[in-house]
Amino acid sequence: MTLDLAQFHEAFFQESFEALDSMESALLALSAGGTADPETINTIFRVAHSIKGGAATFGFSRITTVAHTAETLLDQLRSNKRTVTPRIVDLLLGVVDVMRDMLASTQQGTRTVPVHLPTLIADLEAIIADNVGNGAVGSGGAAPVDPAAGQPVPAAPVAPAGGDVAGWKIRFVPGPQMLVHGNDPLRLLQELEALGPVTASVDAARLPPLADLDVEQCVLSWAVRLDAPATIDQVRQVFDWADGDCELEFEPILRPAPLSVATLVVPAPVAAPVESGAAAPADGAATAETTARHAAAPETSIRVSIDKIDELMNTVGELVITQSMLSQCATQLEGHTADELRGGLAQLERQMRALQESVMRVRMLPISFVFNRFPRMVRDLGQKLGKHIELKLVGEQTELDKTVLEKIGDPLVHLVRNSIDHGLESADKRVAAGKNPTGTITLNAYHKGGNVTVEVSDDGGGLDRDKILRKARERGLVGADEELTDERIYNLIFAPGFSTADVVSDVSGRGVGMDVVRRNITELGGHIQVLSEPGQGTTVRVRLPLTLAILDGQLVRVGEETYVVPLVAIVETIQVKADRVSSIAGQAEVFRLRDDYLPIVRLYDLFGIEPRTTNLLEGLLMIVEADGRRVGLFVDDLLAQQQVVIKSLETNFRQVPGLAGATMLGDGHVALIIDVPGLIMSVEHGSHRAPLLAQAAAA
Amino acid sequence: MNESALQAVGDASGQSQYLTFRLATEEYGIEILSVQEIKGWTGATPLPESPPYLLGVINLRGSVVPIVDLRKRFGLAQAEFGPTTVVIVARVDRPDGARIAGFVVDAVCEVYTVGDTDRRPIPEAVTGQKEFVQGLATVEDKMIILLDIERLLTQAIVGAGGVAQAA
Amino acid sequence: MKRVLAVDDSVSMRELVRATLTDAGYDVVSAEDGTRAYQAALGSQFDMVLSDVNMPSMDGIGLVEKLRARPEYRLVPIVMLTTESSAEMKARARAAGATGWIVKPFDPERLIGAVKRVLA
Repeated sequence: MTLDLAQFHEAFFQESFEALDSMESALLALSAGGTADPETINTIFRVAHSIKGGAATFGFSRITTVAHTAETLLDQLRSNKRTVTPRIVDLLLGVVDVMRDMLASTQQGTRTVPVHLPTLIADLEAIIADNVGNGAVGSGGAAPVDPAAGQPVPAAPVAPAGGDVAGWKIRFVPGPQMLVHGNDPLRLLQELEALGPVTASVDAARLPPLADLDVEQCVLSWAVRLDAPATIDQVRQVFDWADGDCELEFEPILRPAPLSVATLVVPAPVAAPVESGAAAPADGAATAETTARHAAAPETSIRVSIDKIDELMNTVGELVITQSMLSQCATQLEGHTADELRGGLAQLERQMRALQESVMRVRMLPISFVFNRFPRMVRDLGQKLGKHIELKLVGEQTELDKTVLEKIGDPLVHLVRNSIDHGLESADKRVAAGKNPTGTITLNAYHKGGNVTVEVSDDGGGLDRDKILRKARERGLVGADEELTDERIYNLIFAPGFSTADVVSDVSGRGVGMDVVRRNITELGGHIQVLSEPGQGTTVRVRLPLTLAILDGQLVRVGEETYVVPLVAIVETIQVKADRVSSIAGQAEVFRLRDDYLPIVRLYDLFGIEPRTTNLLEGLLMIVEADGRRVGLFVDDLLAQQQVVIKSLETNFRQVPGLAGATMLGDGHVALIIDVPGLIMSVEHGSHRAPLLAQAAAA
Repeated sequence: MNESALQAVGDASGQSQYLTFRLATEEYGIEILSVQEIKGWTGATPLPESPPYLLGVINLRGSVVPIVDLRKRFGLAQAEFGPTTVVIVARVDRPDGARIAGFVVDAVCEVYTVGDTDRRPIPEAVTGQKEFVQGLATVEDKMIILLDIERLLTQAIVGAGGVAQAA
Repeated sequence: MKRVLAVDDSVSMRELVRATLTDAGYDVVSAEDGTRAYQAALGSQFDMVLSDVNMPSMDGIGLVEKLRARPEYRLVPIVMLTTESSAEMKARARAAGATGWIVKPFDPERLIGAVKRVLA
């Protein structure tokens, strides 16, 4: 039978940690109160006892030793052979700490030994042995501990006498009450057989006449011969249970030769501390590590499944909804009490926000999780391309949501590859340009205005404005006579299939990549931007939301519906003046904002609902921006600005083009969140209706 | 609620309980284990670019749940929403997570136990919305059209215009 | 199939005993303390009881006393499986009517051997 004990380890660790917690609080109760409540002592005893049993079973011998020593002392307390002193409580608290450390390290598979373990054991031993001193009640001669319990538990203490003993002759005379006590002599003989071949002859001399026979009286006795080199302890152990209920005599059958002097070396009871004491100096490094971990103890952490956090997040989201519902109700009330209520609700709102942020922080991880992969990658790529590169990582401790973090890894890898491959010049060119032959790539992360910005910069030659423009014209992305700002030109590198690399390397430069990068970032609700300075280098700036769970939104009204526009996308909101609007080719409406012409998107049209007004002069135009492009959203009215919890439409339905999700309003209704980048993209690709449908089919 | 455990009980006995509802002149049944709740019609937030039978989405204790007008979905004559009009909220657990949707029906009728022997396949001759029909059952001399809730929750909602996320 | 009632307040021990004996072909029911074990024993007849000694609620010795007072458990083997090894506790268990005493740590094979012999 192969039973893997390891499957029970985790249960053992968990219950032991819990048990140690209760042992600790029981000990603290002991130290607080003067008298020792027997039940409290018992609780503490039970903890040491169970840990000892479990640790021994699973082969964690050092933990067994500590637990055993503590148990011995606790047994003295339990049987009133010793009274509780502050010193004992201190030592037992030390035992709790040590066992916690040892369990934790065993759980992690390191099995390090706390440095002060030998001292602790020695101190405990000293108290246990001190049976004349303070608190010892037992008579001088009788050891307060059962001798059997004084021995180390693991690997049954066996005297190494087996070599000379060939077997045992045993006289076994069960007492008359043995059967009544539930012991069956035959079972004991069978038990003995486990050690080796047994021959037994029964002595029925005491058997009374049948009429007088009491079936519950044991009247037989046996002369038993065991032909196996078992130790006296092993043999005794078989009969141990019946001891006191029977007469027993053991006589060893010795081997004829060689007759060496049988020095029955029985390990001294102090074997326990020796084991750990010897082990501690053996692995000094491990010990030091434990000490280091000990010093860092206050920074404890627990593992929590992301589901639980999401659940918490959801509940908080619900609370936010309820709170805003209450706030809305309160606005309709009047009077002094209503003012107080509103005051309280305002406070509640602040507290809710704090709570929400705290919960969100639980999901946050430092960006170093992503940055960590770059040193190796940059080094390898540099070698491959023959470029000397220095990598600078800045702001590695900047935290952002785990889901965002998981999704920006690949885009960042792409950007860094691009910088190394296309951004940085070869060493010769750099020297020729009077630059340090070693190029620098900098990854910089920082928080700014509720967002995280990650910049990938190189000190290379910068983007070639003219080359990009030429390529773009070749591909018909830009009209022949169309003049663009530098920013617009640089952002052309994000166009699908666009690459200016002269040589297509296997590092990058196949023209796939930057468009994918931008799409990934946009899908995360982020924004990407290129800054470049000829001869100085290029910086790609990625702005990401801290979290995908909530967003700061502007509520807008269109007809009977409320929509949420992400605050981050809003540039400004203006009232339209008639002379600023014109329509191109009779259909597409544009609006002149200072020097720019912006397309107008009528939301009611997009969502197919009945507006309050179709007259541009009676509503508002909200200028929104994504990827450097702007459009004006025509809405009936602006409502409140508030943080909303983003709910996915995909959970029970599917992705809807033009929508980033939905949220719940204070009145319990669902409000749709507008996906500004998606909206602008579809507007740019012509009339906005057709592309939305086309996208739906391709989704 | 331990839906999966309940599911197992239903399967083992070869019998299932069906909640029946009325739609125009017919009585339809869906397995009661997939019914999460029944609620009154209180309106929904319309979605852009969606098929006409998709009335929109509602907030069901924090979840965004799509609502389907089953008359429209089955191509039946439109009816005014009246006092008996209800939304049956159904749910199926799939490997990629649960899917929930609400179906607007004329009225809820009964709960019947349908055994394997009560079930009949749909006659070949029948055309129309066969894809969502599991079979027919005769209970108390009435014909009940048993619907395939899983298909209803996926294909019926997303419809031809879109592509199911889970597909 | 022989039925064994395994009693231990420690989850890992209880599970280990349960898995070991189930593997060996026994029908094992486990309980986490004496009180629950006693309730289980009253609800159904077991061929053997394997119990820890130190437990909250009712301890192993209390359990032996209670079971021995019932006719249907008068002759059922009750074996203590424990880390406890003091002579005093053993004497108490014996006086209460326990059948045997297996000291933890136990080797699964040996536990099976012991149970087999007891149930032989």
